[in-house]
Amino acid sequence: MLIPCPLCGARDSREFTPKGHASYLDRPAEDAPPQAWNDYLHLRENPAGDTRELWFHGAGCGAWLVVERNTVSHAVTGARLAREVRDAG
Amino acid sequence: MRVDGRGLIDRSQPVTFKFDGRSVTGYKGDTVASALLGKGVRLMARSFKYHRPRGVLTAGSEEPNALLEVGQGAAMTPNTRATVQEIYSGLTVQSQNRIGPLDRDLLSINDALWPFLSAGFYYKTFMWPRAFWEKLYEPVIRRAAGLGRITRDASPERHEKAFAFCDVLVIGGGPAGLMAALTAAKGGADVILAEETPELGGRLLSDGQEIDGTPAAYWVEDIVKELQATGRVRVMTRTTVTGAYDDGSYGALERVARHVAPADDLPPECFWRIRARQAVLAAGAHERPIAFPMNDRPGIMLAGAVRTYLNRYGVSPGRNVTIFATNDDAHRTAVELMDAGVKVAAVIDSRTGVTAKGDYRLIEGGQVIGTKGRQGLRQITYRAGSRTDTLITDCLAMSGGWNPAVHLTCHLGARPVWDADAKMFLPAPGAVPGLTPAGSCNGAMSTAACLSEGLEAGKAALAALGRPAPQGVSLPEAEDDPGRTQALWYVEGKGRAWLDFANDVTTKDVKLAAAEGYASVEHMKRYTTQGMAPDQGKSSNINALALLADSTGRGIPETGTTTYRPPFIPVTMGAMGAFAEGHGFAPERRTTSDAAARGRGAPMIEAGLWFRPSYFPAPGETTWREACDREVAMVRNAVGVVDVSTLGKIDIQGPDAGAFLDFVYTNMFSTLKVGRARYGLMLREDGHVMDDGTTARLGDHHYVMTTTTAAAGQVMAHLEFVAQGLRPDLDVRIISATEQWAQFSVAGPLSRELLNGVLDQPIDDESFPFMACGAVKVHGVTGRLFRISFSGEHAYEIAVPARYGDALYRDLVARAEALGGGAYGMEALNVLRIEKGFITHSEIHGRVTAHDIGMQRMLSQKKDFVGKAAAARPGLLEPGRERLVGLRPVEAEGRLTAGARLFKEGDPHKRVLDQGYVTSVGYSPTLGHMIGLGFLRHGPECEGQEIVMVDHLRKVKTRVQVVNPVFFDPDGGRARG
Ligand SMILES: [Zn+2]
Repeated sequence: MLIPCPLCGARDSREFTPKGHASYLDRPAEDAPPQAWNDYLHLRENPAGDTRELWFHGAGCGAWLVVERNTVSHAVTGARLAREVRDAG
Repeated sequence: MRVDGRGLIDRSQPVTFKFDGRSVTGYKGDTVASALLGKGVRLMARSFKYHRPRGVLTAGSEEPNALLEVGQGAAMTPNTRATVQEIYSGLTVQSQNRIGPLDRDLLSINDALWPFLSAGFYYKTFMWPRAFWEKLYEPVIRRAAGLGRITRDASPERHEKAFAFCDVLVIGGGPAGLMAALTAAKGGADVILAEETPELGGRLLSDGQEIDGTPAAYWVEDIVKELQATGRVRVMTRTTVTGAYDDGSYGALERVARHVAPADDLPPECFWRIRARQAVLAAGAHERPIAFPMNDRPGIMLAGAVRTYLNRYGVSPGRNVTIFATNDDAHRTAVELMDAGVKVAAVIDSRTGVTAKGDYRLIEGGQVIGTKGRQGLRQITYRAGSRTDTLITDCLAMSGGWNPAVHLTCHLGARPVWDADAKMFLPAPGAVPGLTPAGSCNGAMSTAACLSEGLEAGKAALAALGRPAPQGVSLPEAEDDPGRTQALWYVEGKGRAWLDFANDVTTKDVKLAAAEGYASVEHMKRYTTQGMAPDQGKSSNINALALLADSTGRGIPETGTTTYRPPFIPVTMGAMGAFAEGHGFAPERRTTSDAAARGRGAPMIEAGLWFRPSYFPAPGETTWREACDREVAMVRNAVGVVDVSTLGKIDIQGPDAGAFLDFVYTNMFSTLKVGRARYGLMLREDGHVMDDGTTARLGDHHYVMTTTTAAAGQVMAHLEFVAQGLRPDLDVRIISATEQWAQFSVAGPLSRELLNGVLDQPIDDESFPFMACGAVKVHGVTGRLFRISFSGEHAYEIAVPARYGDALYRDLVARAEALGGGAYGMEALNVLRIEKGFITHSEIHGRVTAHDIGMQRMLSQKKDFVGKAAAARPGLLEPGRERLVGLRPVEAEGRLTAGARLFKEGDPHKRVLDQGYVTSVGYSPTLGHMIGLGFLRHGPECEGQEIVMVDHLRKVKTRVQVVNPVFFDPDGGRARG
């Protein structure tokens, strides 16, 4: 599998480690109700199809990426820097 | 027998090898199979279940019968196909799956028991009584079952692995593959052409046909020259592409030196990972046997294989050959055998209205219904209309048609598509992105069509690469008649009709499976073991599913195929895991003091990827404990030196560095003064402890964090995630500096005295109090000094750029020795920290909270931090949780063991009554008894109580007292100095 790192170009997936769904970027506020924290920590979509995942380019530039990937075909259709996804809201 | 004037072997070079201890002579270029057939040897193996005598069925890697052990001793490789193994002088092969000589296998008693050994036999027979399993059934089954055997010793063979990249990967060097490679290369693409056999040409070398008016073998020679002239084609022969993976990745096994005597400078095999922008699959087709009664005797083989033995190896598998045909293609076998002067008894064709292609006896509308010959075919019985007759024959060449080798197109999950007219499964369109099937694997069954599809596939690959089609590649002229085929999967009659020769699966087994409700092809497969042998049913799966379809009243497409998975052929574990053993298993990280430590005779232990000294044996010491006790005392009484460079060192800089640390640590760091260090606790977002360590503030915008050795990588990734993903608003940058700095702990009452010998400016309590840090000059080199302690003693950590590490370590140890101290290792370090109740990842193992380790007060109320919300969950704060305690034996000589369980006194030692467990233990020479840390329900509330430690594994039971985890110097006066 190749992941198109915006900083490094298309690189072998073995340079990356995954962390799970991109919703992990949406950290609740400190005083958010327990249900919000529970959802954030433990509840993940597990789609058969397109999904957005966090990948760390640890053996490369050190960037955290939001990768768009299809869990059925394994097709990777895009990757953005997590920093920019976050800045864009 | 050998046939003069045929074959591509070198008859001027005889080669002698050993088969079951007997010398056999063939020629250079022969396989074991062709050499044995050349000598008239038909019996090569025993079958798996019934131990039936077997010969070769095929001439290729799909061979189900003739599996051999190659080589001797620990270097022996089982299940090697006689049809693939080339002979060389000194080669030793043995037949397998037998007890006693091949021609008198003692287990052939199974053959007489066949009515009882049907599908699901094991499931039905060995059900009960349960007690019989271990003692009786399993040993018996294990002895008799399993294809081949493995050596118990590690193989001395050293394989390679390698990576390759290309524009176009062409899989298969037959007519389609050659045309595709030539077209792609002439169009400017870099091409890898992988061919499974030693020679390019594919079936062009097996069939006596012509291309552009010349014998096909000559045309192949010309094309190979043309390929080489392009300078763009890497030809990899003896290389099987074993799997198709994501994004144009392919696995391939190259048999680098399986065809020559073992040599030190050649790996037997190399496993390739090939990344190709485009690929052309030209894998050809596998001929189908016909499941007629008693179709498994040596001498019964595929019609196409007979032509391969004749034209490629100059061998006729028989002197008087009969052909059982369902198609025009098989008639070629008769024609070519007769051309070569071999007698053809008859061609029995299941069809009517067929014309003979030569001067041979043609029996139309005929089917073979029985055979005779104990260790090789002697006679067949056939039925034609209402007539039944026999023929004397020593070789039966059968052909049920051809199955396109669609395997690789299915490796990403696609299912092949049934073509009802052609009666074959074809690759699904777009099954593997970037891969174009061409030739007979795509259903093109004439040579002309193969050449044409190869050319088009080459052009398609070029187009996908954005390259125009090349000039000057023209389509050669070749035979354009695919012939006609009648679907004949099996023949009804008396006696067993084999489908899967390798696993001894017969038509009866599949019918039984269907009758017993195993109607799904995947269930039938597992119930009968159809297609589960090393050949993965290449020659039998389609026949079996056609029979299943008939038995269940469904069509073939509704029945469907089983899943095709990589690898396409068996791959040795050694090749796939090349280098991943011994030193190659994982990278090895060595500290700058590694050579000095080893030079002092220290046994090294692994800490993650690092190697660290366990202890430093002194003259006269006979056990590690003696050394450890001495080193502990040395640190407590004088001074010790230990390399702590393996701890993660993370440099954190930026105007918001303090705010960033406040967010990743539970306690405050923005308030830390420059020139001071502080212990920090880090949680995961789920509220459990991730790591701990000290972080020092070197400047307003500059901190350096220390992590544990074990969690350095995890913490680095975590910090980057927080900085980039959660807090991009903070202006902070992070980089690992673990390998840039060599860092040594100097610990003990004399530590400052030692350091003042190496520092350009001496320090005292005022200039360098406890938890101070700052830049220092060490012998003129700029370094860093931290007054921190992991031993409880007055201690420092001194860091210099890594290139000075070796020199500084040797200097520090020499100075320590002059002061009555010296180097200490991990064992002593561990005892020292347990004496002080300091935790490591033995304690913070991922399931404990700050509350559990008594650090709840480190969770700041003034700010948000990672893990804060989750750590406040009531369940994580219950007093009854397993919490950190110290443990000491009630009797001084009592033994503690890590991993042992804790029980209340008087309670039975049952899991339901378990109160906790021991995490770290050591013998404290300071206190004169063992000490331990552990987690106990209600933890600190139980201090003073006596409980029981039970180690079920090591059979240890010790009465222990629960104590405070800080065993030594509880008020910390020694570290403050
Ligand atoms: Zn990158």
